[in-house]
Amino acid sequence: MKRLLSIELQKIWKNRASRVLTLTYFILLTFIALIAAIKFDIGNFKVHFAEMGIFNFPYIWHFNTYVASILKFFLAIVIVSMMANEYSYGTLKQNLIDGMSKKEIVLSKFLTVILFAFVSTVFIFLMSLILGLSFSSYTEFGIIFSDLEYLLAYFIKLVGFFSFCLFLGILVKRSAFAIGFLFVWFIIESILIGILNYKIFPDNDYDQNFTQFLPLESMSNLIVEPGSRLSVVQNMGTQIGIANTKDYDVHFTTILIVLVWISIFMFLSYKLLKKRDL
Amino acid sequence: METILSIKNLHKRYGYVHAVNNVSLEIQKGNVYGILGPNGSGKSTTLGIVLNVVNKTSGEFSWFDGKMDTHEALKKVGAIIERPNFYPYMTAKENLELVCKIKGINYSKVQEKLELVGLMERKDSKFRTFSLGMKQRLAIASALLNDPEILILDEPTNGLDPQGIHQIRDIIKFIASQGTTILLASHLLDEVEKVCSHVLVLRKGQILYSGRVDGITSNEGFFELASEDNLTLKNVVSQHPAVEKIVDENSKILVYLNNNLSATDLNRYLFERNITLNHLVKKKNSLEEQFLELTKNHPSNN
Repeated sequence: MKRLLSIELQKIWKNRASRVLTLTYFILLTFIALIAAIKFDIGNFKVHFAEMGIFNFPYIWHFNTYVASILKFFLAIVIVSMMANEYSYGTLKQNLIDGMSKKEIVLSKFLTVILFAFVSTVFIFLMSLILGLSFSSYTEFGIIFSDLEYLLAYFIKLVGFFSFCLFLGILVKRSAFAIGFLFVWFIIESILIGILNYKIFPDNDYDQNFTQFLPLESMSNLIVEPGSRLSVVQNMGTQIGIANTKDYDVHFTTILIVLVWISIFMFLSYKLLKKRDL
Repeated sequence: METILSIKNLHKRYGYVHAVNNVSLEIQKGNVYGILGPNGSGKSTTLGIVLNVVNKTSGEFSWFDGKMDTHEALKKVGAIIERPNFYPYMTAKENLELVCKIKGINYSKVQEKLELVGLMERKDSKFRTFSLGMKQRLAIASALLNDPEILILDEPTNGLDPQGIHQIRDIIKFIASQGTTILLASHLLDEVEKVCSHVLVLRKGQILYSGRVDGITSNEGFFELASEDNLTLKNVVSQHPAVEKIVDENSKILVYLNNNLSATDLNRYLFERNITLNHLVKKKNSLEEQFLELTKNHPSNN
Protein backbone atom coordinates (compact mmCIF):
# COMPACT_ATOMS: atom_id res chain seq x y z
CA MET A 1 0.00 0.00 0.00
CA LYS A 2 2.82 2.40 0.88
CA ARG A 3 4.54 1.50 -2.37
CA LEU A 4 1.42 2.22 -4.46
CA LEU A 5 0.82 5.55 -2.73
CA SER A 6 4.41 6.62 -3.10
CA ILE A 7 4.24 5.82 -6.84
CA GLU A 8 1.08 7.91 -7.31
CA LEU A 9 2.21 10.81 -5.15
CA GLN A 10 5.46 11.08 -7.10
CA LYS A 11 3.45 11.25 -10.34
CA ILE A 12 1.22 14.01 -8.96
CA TRP A 13 3.76 16.01 -7.02
CA LYS A 14 6.33 16.22 -9.85
CA ASN A 15 3.66 17.56 -12.19
CA ARG A 16 3.58 21.30 -11.82
CA ALA A 17 -0.09 21.75 -12.80
CA SER A 18 -1.24 19.11 -10.30
CA ARG A 19 1.01 20.52 -7.58
CA VAL A 20 -0.31 24.05 -8.07
CA LEU A 21 -3.94 22.87 -8.07
CA THR A 22 -3.46 20.80 -4.92
CA LEU A 23 -1.80 23.69 -3.10
CA THR A 24 -4.47 26.12 -4.31
CA TYR A 25 -7.13 23.77 -3.00
CA PHE A 26 -5.70 23.68 0.52
CA ILE A 27 -5.02 27.41 0.55
CA LEU A 28 -8.61 28.09 -0.52
CA LEU A 29 -9.82 25.77 2.24
CA THR A 30 -8.12 27.99 4.80
CA PHE A 31 -9.90 30.96 3.25
CA ILE A 32 -13.12 29.67 4.80
CA ALA A 33 -11.69 31.12 7.98
CA LEU A 34 -11.73 34.52 6.33
CA ILE A 35 -15.52 34.45 6.31
CA ALA A 36 -15.10 35.31 9.98
CA ALA A 37 -13.68 38.63 8.94
CA ILE A 38 -16.63 39.54 6.71
CA LYS A 39 -18.27 42.49 8.34
CA PHE A 40 -20.29 45.19 6.67
CA ASP A 41 -22.86 47.72 7.73
CA ILE A 42 -25.81 48.83 5.65
CA GLY A 43 -27.24 51.69 7.62
CA ASN A 44 -28.67 50.17 10.77
CA PHE A 45 -28.41 46.66 9.38
CA LYS A 46 -25.11 45.19 10.57
CA VAL A 47 -23.80 42.02 9.02
CA HIS A 48 -21.00 40.21 10.75
CA PHE A 49 -20.91 36.56 9.81
CA ALA A 50 -18.85 35.47 12.78
CA GLU A 51 -21.47 36.89 15.11
CA MET A 52 -24.42 35.41 13.23
CA GLY A 53 -23.62 32.06 14.71
CA ILE A 54 -22.12 30.29 11.72
CA PHE A 55 -19.12 29.36 13.83
CA ASN A 56 -21.16 28.01 16.70
CA PHE A 57 -20.63 24.39 17.64
CA PRO A 58 -22.05 22.05 16.42
CA TYR A 59 -23.45 24.05 13.48
CA ILE A 60 -19.91 24.82 12.32
CA TRP A 61 -19.34 21.17 11.33
CA HIS A 62 -22.30 21.39 9.01
CA PHE A 63 -21.44 24.81 7.60
CA ASN A 64 -17.72 24.23 7.02
CA THR A 65 -18.07 20.79 5.44
CA TYR A 66 -20.72 22.18 3.11
CA VAL A 67 -18.65 25.17 2.02
CA ALA A 68 -15.46 23.10 1.77
CA SER A 69 -17.10 20.53 -0.49
CA ILE A 70 -17.70 23.24 -3.10
CA LEU A 71 -13.93 23.47 -3.53
CA LYS A 72 -13.66 19.78 -4.42
CA PHE A 73 -13.57 20.69 -8.12
CA PHE A 74 -9.92 21.70 -7.80
CA LEU A 75 -8.96 18.22 -6.72
CA ALA A 76 -11.35 16.69 -9.22
CA ILE A 77 -9.21 18.17 -12.01
CA VAL A 78 -6.11 16.66 -10.43
CA ILE A 79 -7.77 13.25 -10.15
CA VAL A 80 -9.13 13.26 -13.70
CA SER A 81 -5.82 14.30 -15.21
CA MET A 82 -3.93 11.83 -13.03
CA MET A 83 -5.78 9.06 -14.86
CA ALA A 84 -6.15 10.64 -18.30
CA ASN A 85 -2.45 11.57 -18.46
CA GLU A 86 -1.49 7.94 -18.08
CA TYR A 87 -3.29 7.32 -21.35
CA SER A 88 -1.96 10.33 -23.22
CA TYR A 89 1.66 9.79 -22.12
CA GLY A 90 1.41 6.06 -22.83
CA THR A 91 2.71 5.47 -19.33
CA LEU A 92 -0.19 3.20 -18.40
CA LYS A 93 1.20 0.72 -20.89
CA GLN A 94 4.71 1.23 -19.54
CA ASN A 95 3.58 0.76 -15.90
CA LEU A 96 1.95 -2.53 -16.86
CA ILE A 97 5.05 -3.68 -18.69
CA ASP A 98 7.22 -2.69 -15.74
CA GLY A 99 5.23 -5.09 -13.61
CA MET A 100 2.19 -3.36 -12.12
CA SER A 101 -0.99 -5.36 -12.40
CA LYS A 102 -4.20 -3.73 -13.61
CA LYS A 103 -5.62 -4.28 -10.16
CA GLU A 104 -2.71 -2.42 -8.60
CA ILE A 105 -3.21 0.47 -10.99
CA VAL A 106 -6.85 0.94 -10.00
CA LEU A 107 -5.96 0.37 -6.36
CA SER A 108 -3.16 2.93 -6.39
CA LYS A 109 -5.48 5.55 -7.89
CA PHE A 110 -8.23 4.72 -5.42
CA LEU A 111 -5.83 4.93 -2.49
CA THR A 112 -4.83 8.38 -3.70
CA VAL A 113 -8.50 9.37 -3.80
CA ILE A 114 -8.95 8.14 -0.22
CA LEU A 115 -5.81 9.94 0.88
CA PHE A 116 -6.96 13.24 -0.66
CA ALA A 117 -10.39 12.89 0.93
CA PHE A 118 -8.90 11.94 4.28
CA VAL A 119 -6.40 14.80 4.36
CA SER A 120 -9.20 17.23 3.40
CA THR A 121 -11.37 15.89 6.20
CA VAL A 122 -8.62 16.17 8.81
CA PHE A 123 -7.82 19.64 7.52
CA ILE A 124 -11.44 20.76 7.82
CA PHE A 125 -11.74 19.15 11.24
CA LEU A 126 -8.73 21.05 12.62
CA MET A 127 -9.71 24.32 10.99
CA SER A 128 -13.29 24.14 12.21
CA LEU A 129 -12.07 23.25 15.67
CA ILE A 130 -9.83 26.32 15.79
CA LEU A 131 -12.49 28.61 14.28
CA GLY A 132 -15.12 27.23 16.63
CA LEU A 133 -12.98 27.61 19.70
CA SER A 134 -12.33 31.23 18.74
CA PHE A 135 -15.87 32.27 17.80
CA SER A 136 -18.40 29.78 19.14
CA SER A 137 -20.77 30.82 21.88
CA TYR A 138 -20.76 27.29 23.27
CA THR A 139 -17.49 25.57 24.06
CA GLU A 140 -18.65 22.69 26.24
CA PHE A 141 -16.91 19.45 25.36
CA GLY A 142 -20.16 17.62 24.68
CA ILE A 143 -21.38 20.26 22.26
CA ILE A 144 -18.10 20.62 20.42
CA PHE A 145 -17.99 16.95 19.57
CA SER A 146 -21.62 16.50 18.64
CA ASP A 147 -22.82 16.26 15.04
CA LEU A 148 -19.45 14.93 13.90
CA GLU A 149 -21.28 12.76 11.34
CA TYR A 150 -20.99 15.75 8.99
CA LEU A 151 -17.26 15.04 8.79
CA LEU A 152 -17.96 11.43 7.89
CA ALA A 153 -20.45 12.59 5.27
CA TYR A 154 -17.87 15.03 3.93
CA PHE A 155 -15.28 12.27 3.65
CA ILE A 156 -17.72 9.92 1.88
CA LYS A 157 -18.85 12.74 -0.39
CA LEU A 158 -15.30 13.47 -1.50
CA VAL A 159 -14.42 9.80 -2.03
CA GLY A 160 -17.62 9.36 -4.02
CA PHE A 161 -17.08 12.38 -6.20
CA PHE A 162 -13.40 11.60 -6.84
CA SER A 163 -14.23 7.97 -7.64
CA PHE A 164 -16.68 9.23 -10.24
CA CYS A 165 -13.93 11.48 -11.68
CA LEU A 166 -11.47 8.60 -11.70
CA PHE A 167 -13.93 6.38 -13.56
CA LEU A 168 -14.60 9.14 -16.10
CA GLY A 169 -10.84 9.60 -16.56
CA ILE A 170 -10.50 5.90 -17.42
CA LEU A 171 -13.64 5.86 -19.57
CA VAL A 172 -12.92 8.98 -21.63
CA LYS A 173 -9.08 8.94 -21.48
CA ARG A 174 -8.80 12.72 -22.01
CA SER A 175 -8.87 15.19 -19.10
CA ALA A 176 -10.80 17.93 -20.81
CA PHE A 177 -13.42 15.59 -22.25
CA ALA A 178 -13.81 13.77 -18.93
CA ILE A 179 -14.50 17.05 -17.13
CA GLY A 180 -16.88 18.01 -19.91
CA PHE A 181 -18.61 14.67 -19.52
CA LEU A 182 -18.94 15.30 -15.77
CA PHE A 183 -20.63 18.61 -16.51
CA VAL A 184 -22.95 17.05 -19.09
CA TRP A 185 -23.82 14.34 -16.59
CA PHE A 186 -24.67 17.00 -14.01
CA ILE A 187 -27.00 18.69 -16.50
CA ILE A 188 -28.65 15.38 -17.39
CA GLU A 189 -29.31 14.68 -13.71
CA SER A 190 -30.67 18.19 -13.17
CA ILE A 191 -33.04 17.90 -16.12
CA LEU A 192 -34.19 14.48 -14.97
CA ILE A 193 -34.83 15.75 -11.46
CA GLY A 194 -36.60 18.81 -12.84
CA ILE A 195 -38.91 16.77 -15.08
CA LEU A 196 -39.75 14.30 -12.33
CA ASN A 197 -40.31 17.03 -9.78
CA TYR A 198 -42.39 19.48 -11.79
CA LYS A 199 -44.02 17.41 -14.53
CA ILE A 200 -44.52 13.85 -13.39
CA PHE A 201 -44.99 14.20 -9.62
CA PRO A 202 -45.79 17.90 -9.18
CA ASP A 203 -47.88 17.46 -6.01
CA ASN A 204 -45.85 15.06 -3.94
CA ASP A 205 -42.31 13.89 -3.20
CA TYR A 206 -42.42 10.51 -4.90
CA ASP A 207 -39.74 11.67 -7.34
CA GLN A 208 -37.22 11.77 -4.53
CA ASN A 209 -37.63 8.04 -4.04
CA PHE A 210 -36.01 7.72 -7.43
CA THR A 211 -33.69 10.71 -7.70
CA GLN A 212 -31.97 10.00 -4.40
CA PHE A 213 -30.27 7.10 -6.19
CA LEU A 214 -28.61 9.24 -8.89
CA PRO A 215 -24.86 9.46 -8.31
CA LEU A 216 -24.34 13.23 -8.12
CA GLU A 217 -27.70 13.80 -6.40
CA SER A 218 -26.96 11.22 -3.73
CA MET A 219 -23.58 12.85 -3.07
CA SER A 220 -25.16 16.28 -2.74
CA ASN A 221 -27.87 14.82 -0.42
CA LEU A 222 -25.14 13.82 2.02
CA ILE A 223 -24.77 17.36 3.30
CA VAL A 224 -27.91 19.49 2.92
CA GLU A 225 -27.38 23.21 2.45
CA PRO A 226 -26.89 24.79 5.87
CA GLY A 227 -27.94 28.37 5.08
CA SER A 228 -31.62 28.08 5.99
CA ARG A 229 -30.74 26.38 9.26
CA LEU A 230 -29.14 29.51 10.64
CA SER A 231 -31.16 30.99 13.46
CA VAL A 232 -31.11 34.43 11.81
CA VAL A 233 -32.57 33.03 8.61
CA GLN A 234 -35.07 30.86 10.48
CA ASN A 235 -36.27 33.83 12.47
CA MET A 236 -36.85 35.73 9.26
CA GLY A 237 -38.73 32.72 7.91
CA THR A 238 -41.06 32.50 10.89
CA GLN A 239 -41.67 36.23 10.72
CA ILE A 240 -42.95 35.99 7.17
CA GLY A 241 -44.81 32.82 8.01
CA ILE A 242 -42.81 29.96 6.49
CA ALA A 243 -42.33 27.13 8.88
CA ASN A 244 -39.07 25.32 8.24
CA THR A 245 -39.47 21.58 8.34
CA LYS A 246 -36.35 20.75 6.42
CA ASP A 247 -34.36 17.74 7.51
CA TYR A 248 -30.67 18.59 7.89
CA ASP A 249 -29.41 15.32 9.27
CA VAL A 250 -26.93 13.03 7.64
CA HIS A 251 -28.80 9.86 6.76
CA PHE A 252 -27.39 6.39 6.85
CA THR A 253 -29.27 5.40 3.67
CA THR A 254 -27.66 8.27 1.75
CA ILE A 255 -24.22 7.17 2.93
CA LEU A 256 -25.05 3.63 1.85
CA ILE A 257 -26.16 4.78 -1.60
CA VAL A 258 -22.92 6.70 -2.12
CA LEU A 259 -20.87 3.77 -0.85
CA VAL A 260 -22.59 1.55 -3.43
CA TRP A 261 -21.77 4.09 -6.15
CA ILE A 262 -18.13 4.12 -5.06
CA SER A 263 -17.97 0.33 -5.38
CA ILE A 264 -19.67 0.46 -8.78
CA PHE A 265 -17.25 3.10 -10.10
CA MET A 266 -14.21 1.20 -8.87
CA PHE A 267 -15.49 -2.11 -10.17
CA LEU A 268 -16.28 -0.62 -13.59
CA SER A 269 -12.89 1.11 -13.72
CA TYR A 270 -11.18 -2.20 -13.13
CA LYS A 271 -13.34 -4.06 -15.65
CA LEU A 272 -12.79 -1.38 -18.26
CA LEU A 273 -9.04 -1.43 -17.76
CA LYS A 274 -8.98 -5.20 -17.89
CA LYS A 275 -11.01 -5.43 -21.06
CA ARG A 276 -9.15 -2.78 -23.03
CA ASP A 277 -6.17 -3.46 -25.24
CA LEU A 278 -3.56 -0.76 -24.96
CA MET B 1 17.89 -25.63 -20.17
CA GLU B 2 15.74 -23.08 -18.38
CA THR B 3 12.63 -21.91 -20.21
CA ILE B 4 11.93 -18.22 -19.74
CA LEU B 5 8.83 -17.80 -21.83
CA SER B 6 6.64 -20.36 -23.48
CA ILE B 7 3.84 -19.43 -25.88
CA LYS B 8 1.38 -22.05 -27.09
CA ASN B 9 -1.16 -21.64 -29.91
CA LEU B 10 -1.71 -17.97 -29.28
CA HIS B 11 -4.51 -16.22 -31.17
CA LYS B 12 -5.61 -12.61 -31.23
CA ARG B 13 -8.49 -11.25 -33.27
CA TYR B 14 -9.42 -7.61 -33.69
CA GLY B 15 -12.84 -7.94 -35.24
CA TYR B 16 -12.22 -9.43 -38.67
CA VAL B 17 -8.47 -9.11 -38.44
CA HIS B 18 -6.67 -12.18 -37.24
CA ALA B 19 -3.61 -10.36 -35.90
CA VAL B 20 -1.94 -13.34 -34.28
CA ASN B 21 -2.72 -16.77 -35.68
CA ASN B 22 -1.55 -19.85 -33.81
CA VAL B 23 1.85 -18.60 -32.69
CA SER B 24 3.94 -20.89 -30.53
CA LEU B 25 7.39 -20.13 -29.21
CA GLU B 26 9.79 -21.31 -26.53
CA ILE B 27 12.43 -18.98 -25.22
CA GLN B 28 15.41 -20.57 -23.53
CA LYS B 29 17.81 -18.79 -21.26
CA GLY B 30 20.91 -17.34 -22.87
CA ASN B 31 19.80 -17.19 -26.51
CA VAL B 32 19.09 -14.13 -28.60
CA TYR B 33 15.79 -14.39 -30.44
CA GLY B 34 14.49 -12.34 -33.30
CA ILE B 35 10.90 -11.91 -34.38
CA LEU B 36 10.92 -10.91 -37.99
CA GLY B 37 8.08 -9.72 -40.12
CA PRO B 38 6.80 -6.84 -42.18
CA ASN B 39 4.81 -4.07 -40.54
CA GLY B 40 1.46 -5.34 -39.33
CA SER B 41 2.52 -8.97 -39.16
CA GLY B 42 1.61 -9.38 -35.50
CA LYS B 43 5.00 -8.88 -33.86
CA SER B 44 3.96 -6.10 -31.51
CA THR B 45 0.64 -7.75 -30.74
CA THR B 46 2.38 -10.97 -29.74
CA LEU B 47 4.74 -9.04 -27.47
CA GLY B 48 1.83 -6.96 -26.15
CA ILE B 49 0.03 -10.14 -25.08
CA VAL B 50 2.93 -11.60 -23.14
CA LEU B 51 3.59 -8.16 -21.61
CA ASN B 52 0.08 -7.92 -20.15
CA VAL B 53 -1.13 -4.94 -22.21
CA VAL B 54 -3.13 -6.78 -24.87
CA ASN B 55 -5.71 -9.45 -24.06
CA LYS B 56 -5.33 -12.72 -25.92
CA THR B 57 -8.29 -14.26 -27.73
CA SER B 58 -7.17 -17.81 -27.05
CA GLY B 59 -4.04 -19.81 -26.37
CA GLU B 60 -1.58 -19.96 -23.53
CA PHE B 61 1.60 -18.33 -22.43
CA SER B 62 3.59 -18.71 -19.27
CA TRP B 63 6.62 -16.97 -17.83
CA PHE B 64 9.35 -18.88 -16.01
CA ASP B 65 7.52 -22.23 -16.25
CA GLY B 66 4.35 -20.66 -14.88
CA LYS B 67 5.83 -20.26 -11.42
CA MET B 68 4.38 -16.75 -10.95
CA ASP B 69 1.69 -14.33 -12.09
CA THR B 70 2.35 -12.41 -15.27
CA HIS B 71 2.72 -9.06 -13.52
CA GLU B 72 5.11 -10.54 -10.94
CA ALA B 73 7.13 -12.14 -13.75
CA LEU B 74 7.29 -8.83 -15.60
CA LYS B 75 9.27 -7.37 -12.70
CA LYS B 76 12.08 -9.68 -13.80
CA VAL B 77 11.70 -8.68 -17.44
CA GLY B 78 12.95 -5.56 -19.17
CA ALA B 79 10.90 -4.42 -22.12
CA ILE B 80 10.75 -1.58 -24.58
CA ILE B 81 7.84 -1.31 -26.95
CA GLU B 82 7.48 0.88 -30.01
CA ARG B 83 8.15 4.32 -28.57
CA PRO B 84 9.58 5.29 -25.18
CA ASN B 85 6.84 6.12 -22.68
CA PHE B 86 7.86 8.24 -19.71
CA TYR B 87 6.47 11.14 -17.73
CA PRO B 88 7.54 14.22 -19.72
CA TYR B 89 7.60 16.47 -16.66
CA MET B 90 10.00 14.29 -14.69
CA THR B 91 13.76 14.16 -15.13
CA ALA B 92 15.55 11.08 -16.43
CA LYS B 93 16.59 10.17 -12.90
CA GLU B 94 13.10 10.64 -11.44
CA ASN B 95 11.57 8.52 -14.19
CA LEU B 96 13.99 5.70 -13.47
CA GLU B 97 13.33 5.99 -9.74
CA LEU B 98 9.62 5.61 -10.41
CA VAL B 99 10.33 2.43 -12.37
CA CYS B 100 12.37 1.20 -9.37
CA LYS B 101 9.35 1.77 -7.13
CA ILE B 102 7.10 -0.16 -9.51
CA LYS B 103 9.53 -3.05 -9.75
CA GLY B 104 10.10 -2.96 -6.02
CA ILE B 105 13.88 -2.51 -6.14
CA ASN B 106 16.11 0.14 -4.59
CA TYR B 107 17.61 3.07 -6.45
CA SER B 108 21.18 1.73 -6.45
CA LYS B 109 21.19 0.79 -10.14
CA VAL B 110 19.90 4.11 -11.48
CA GLN B 111 23.35 5.70 -11.71
CA GLU B 112 24.98 2.62 -13.25
CA LYS B 113 22.37 2.21 -15.99
CA LEU B 114 22.38 5.89 -16.88
CA GLU B 115 26.13 5.59 -17.34
CA LEU B 116 25.73 2.46 -19.48
CA VAL B 117 23.53 4.29 -21.99
CA GLY B 118 25.55 7.51 -21.78
CA LEU B 119 22.92 9.78 -20.25
CA MET B 120 24.76 10.62 -17.04
CA GLU B 121 25.27 14.28 -17.83
CA ARG B 122 21.58 14.70 -18.74
CA LYS B 123 20.17 12.89 -15.72
CA ASP B 124 18.57 16.02 -14.29
CA SER B 125 17.01 17.19 -17.56
CA LYS B 126 13.30 16.76 -18.02
CA PHE B 127 12.30 13.86 -20.27
CA ARG B 128 10.42 16.16 -22.68
CA THR B 129 13.68 17.92 -23.59
CA PHE B 130 15.25 14.69 -24.88
CA SER B 131 15.86 13.79 -28.51
CA LEU B 132 14.33 10.55 -29.79
CA GLY B 133 17.68 8.78 -29.57
CA MET B 134 18.11 9.86 -25.95
CA LYS B 135 14.56 8.82 -25.12
CA GLN B 136 15.20 5.39 -26.60
CA ARG B 137 18.45 5.07 -24.63
CA LEU B 138 16.63 6.05 -21.43
CA ALA B 139 14.08 3.34 -22.24
CA ILE B 140 16.91 0.82 -22.48
CA ALA B 141 18.34 2.02 -19.16
CA SER B 142 14.90 1.63 -17.62
CA ALA B 143 14.50 -1.88 -19.03
CA LEU B 144 17.87 -2.86 -17.58
CA LEU B 145 17.28 -1.44 -14.09
CA ASN B 146 16.44 -4.80 -12.55
CA ASP B 147 19.20 -6.68 -14.41
CA PRO B 148 16.42 -8.59 -16.17
CA GLU B 149 16.38 -12.27 -17.04
CA ILE B 150 15.22 -11.29 -20.49
CA LEU B 151 15.25 -8.07 -22.44
CA ILE B 152 12.41 -7.55 -24.92
CA LEU B 153 12.94 -4.95 -27.61
CA ASP B 154 10.30 -3.98 -30.12
CA GLU B 155 11.73 -2.05 -33.06
CA PRO B 156 14.39 -0.39 -30.89
CA THR B 157 15.97 1.53 -33.76
CA ASN B 158 12.76 2.68 -35.38
CA GLY B 159 12.90 6.33 -36.41
CA LEU B 160 16.47 6.92 -35.24
CA ASP B 161 19.22 8.56 -37.27
CA PRO B 162 22.20 6.41 -38.33
CA GLN B 163 24.21 7.52 -35.33
CA GLY B 164 21.36 6.69 -32.98
CA ILE B 165 20.88 3.29 -34.62
CA HIS B 166 24.58 2.60 -34.20
CA GLN B 167 24.51 3.56 -30.50
CA ILE B 168 21.49 1.38 -29.79
CA ARG B 169 23.01 -1.60 -31.63
CA ASP B 170 26.25 -1.26 -29.71
CA ILE B 171 24.31 -1.30 -26.45
CA ILE B 172 22.31 -4.35 -27.54
CA LYS B 173 25.45 -6.21 -28.60
CA PHE B 174 27.07 -5.36 -25.29
CA ILE B 175 24.06 -6.66 -23.37
CA ALA B 176 23.93 -9.81 -25.47
CA SER B 177 27.63 -10.41 -24.82
CA GLN B 178 26.88 -10.44 -21.08
CA GLY B 179 24.68 -13.48 -21.54
CA THR B 180 21.31 -11.76 -21.15
CA THR B 181 18.50 -13.42 -23.06
CA ILE B 182 17.10 -11.04 -25.68
CA LEU B 183 13.94 -11.06 -27.73
CA LEU B 184 14.17 -8.57 -30.55
CA ALA B 185 11.27 -7.75 -32.85
CA SER B 186 12.17 -5.95 -36.02
CA HIS B 187 11.41 -5.55 -39.66
CA LEU B 188 15.06 -4.78 -40.30
CA LEU B 189 16.61 -8.03 -41.40
CA ASP B 190 20.24 -7.18 -41.09
CA GLU B 191 19.56 -6.13 -37.52
CA VAL B 192 18.20 -9.56 -36.68
CA GLU B 193 20.87 -11.35 -38.71
CA LYS B 194 23.65 -9.51 -36.89
CA VAL B 195 22.43 -10.01 -33.35
CA CYS B 196 20.18 -13.05 -33.16
CA SER B 197 20.86 -16.76 -32.91
CA HIS B 198 17.21 -17.83 -33.33
CA VAL B 199 14.50 -16.34 -35.47
CA LEU B 200 10.74 -16.48 -35.81
CA VAL B 201 9.38 -15.22 -39.11
CA LEU B 202 5.82 -13.94 -39.01
CA ARG B 203 3.50 -12.87 -41.76
CA LYS B 204 -0.12 -11.89 -41.26
CA GLY B 205 0.03 -13.32 -37.77
CA GLN B 206 1.26 -16.76 -38.84
CA ILE B 207 4.61 -18.41 -38.28
CA LEU B 208 6.50 -19.03 -41.52
CA TYR B 209 9.74 -20.14 -39.96
CA SER B 210 10.93 -20.82 -36.46
CA GLY B 211 14.46 -21.97 -35.70
CA ARG B 212 18.10 -21.02 -35.83
CA VAL B 213 19.20 -18.13 -38.02
CA ASP B 214 21.84 -20.24 -39.78
CA GLY B 215 19.14 -22.85 -40.34
CA ILE B 216 17.12 -20.45 -42.40
CA THR B 217 20.10 -19.32 -44.43
CA SER B 218 21.99 -22.60 -44.96
CA ASN B 219 19.71 -25.38 -46.04
CA GLU B 220 18.96 -23.93 -49.43
CA GLY B 221 22.21 -22.55 -50.78
CA PHE B 222 22.88 -22.13 -54.49
CA PHE B 223 25.82 -22.44 -56.94
CA GLU B 224 27.12 -19.97 -59.45
CA LEU B 225 28.67 -21.88 -62.32
CA ALA B 226 30.29 -21.05 -65.62
CA SER B 227 32.20 -23.05 -68.23
CA GLU B 228 33.19 -22.59 -71.83
CA ASP B 229 30.05 -24.36 -72.97
CA ASN B 230 27.22 -23.30 -70.74
CA LEU B 231 24.58 -25.15 -72.78
CA THR B 232 26.10 -28.59 -72.16
CA LEU B 233 26.75 -27.59 -68.57
CA LYS B 234 23.09 -26.84 -68.08
CA ASN B 235 22.07 -30.15 -69.59
CA VAL B 236 24.38 -32.14 -67.39
CA VAL B 237 23.66 -30.26 -64.20
CA SER B 238 19.91 -30.56 -64.66
CA GLN B 239 20.27 -34.35 -64.43
CA HIS B 240 21.73 -34.17 -60.92
CA PRO B 241 19.13 -35.30 -58.34
CA ALA B 242 19.89 -32.49 -55.87
CA VAL B 243 19.12 -29.77 -58.36
CA GLU B 244 15.86 -27.89 -57.96
CA LYS B 245 16.04 -25.37 -60.79
CA ILE B 246 18.48 -23.60 -63.04
CA VAL B 247 18.46 -19.92 -63.87
CA ASP B 248 20.53 -18.14 -66.52
CA GLU B 249 22.28 -15.03 -65.36
CA ASN B 250 24.44 -13.30 -67.97
CA SER B 251 27.40 -15.58 -68.63
CA LYS B 252 26.78 -17.68 -65.53
CA ILE B 253 24.14 -20.13 -64.51
CA LEU B 254 22.61 -20.23 -61.04
CA VAL B 255 21.83 -23.68 -59.70
CA TYR B 256 19.30 -23.91 -56.87
CA LEU B 257 19.32 -27.02 -54.73
CA ASN B 258 16.65 -29.00 -53.01
CA ASN B 259 19.19 -31.02 -51.06
CA ASN B 260 22.51 -30.37 -49.50
CA LEU B 261 25.31 -30.68 -52.01
CA SER B 262 28.89 -29.66 -51.42
CA ALA B 263 30.98 -27.82 -53.98
CA THR B 264 33.46 -30.71 -54.04
CA ASP B 265 30.77 -33.24 -54.91
CA LEU B 266 29.34 -31.09 -57.65
CA ASN B 267 32.76 -30.43 -59.11
CA ARG B 268 33.61 -34.13 -59.12
CA TYR B 269 30.25 -34.99 -60.66
CA LEU B 270 30.76 -32.53 -63.51
CA PHE B 271 34.40 -33.47 -64.08
CA GLU B 272 33.43 -37.13 -64.37
CA ARG B 273 31.10 -36.05 -67.17
CA ASN B 274 33.88 -34.18 -68.95
CA ILE B 275 32.93 -30.69 -67.99
CA THR B 276 35.53 -28.33 -66.64
CA LEU B 277 34.36 -25.24 -64.86
CA ASN B 278 35.99 -21.86 -64.97
CA HIS B 279 33.79 -20.52 -62.22
CA LEU B 280 32.33 -22.25 -59.17
CA VAL B 281 30.99 -20.45 -56.15
CA LYS B 282 28.62 -21.74 -53.50
CA LYS B 283 26.49 -18.94 -52.17
CA LYS B 284 23.99 -18.65 -49.39
CA ASN B 285 20.96 -16.49 -49.55
CA SER B 286 21.21 -13.60 -47.15
CA LEU B 287 18.47 -13.48 -44.58
CA GLU B 288 16.84 -10.75 -46.60
CA GLU B 289 16.65 -12.81 -49.79
CA GLN B 290 15.57 -15.79 -47.74
CA PHE B 291 12.89 -13.75 -46.01
CA LEU B 292 11.48 -12.49 -49.29
CA GLU B 293 11.57 -16.05 -50.62
CA LEU B 294 9.71 -17.29 -47.54
CA THR B 295 7.02 -14.65 -47.54
CA LYS B 296 6.52 -15.11 -51.29
CA ASN B 297 6.08 -18.88 -51.07
CA HIS B 298 3.24 -18.65 -48.60
CA PRO B 299 0.11 -17.37 -50.20
CA SER B 300 -2.15 -15.41 -47.94
CA ASN B 301 -4.94 -17.30 -46.22
CA ASN B 302 -7.06 -14.26 -45.70
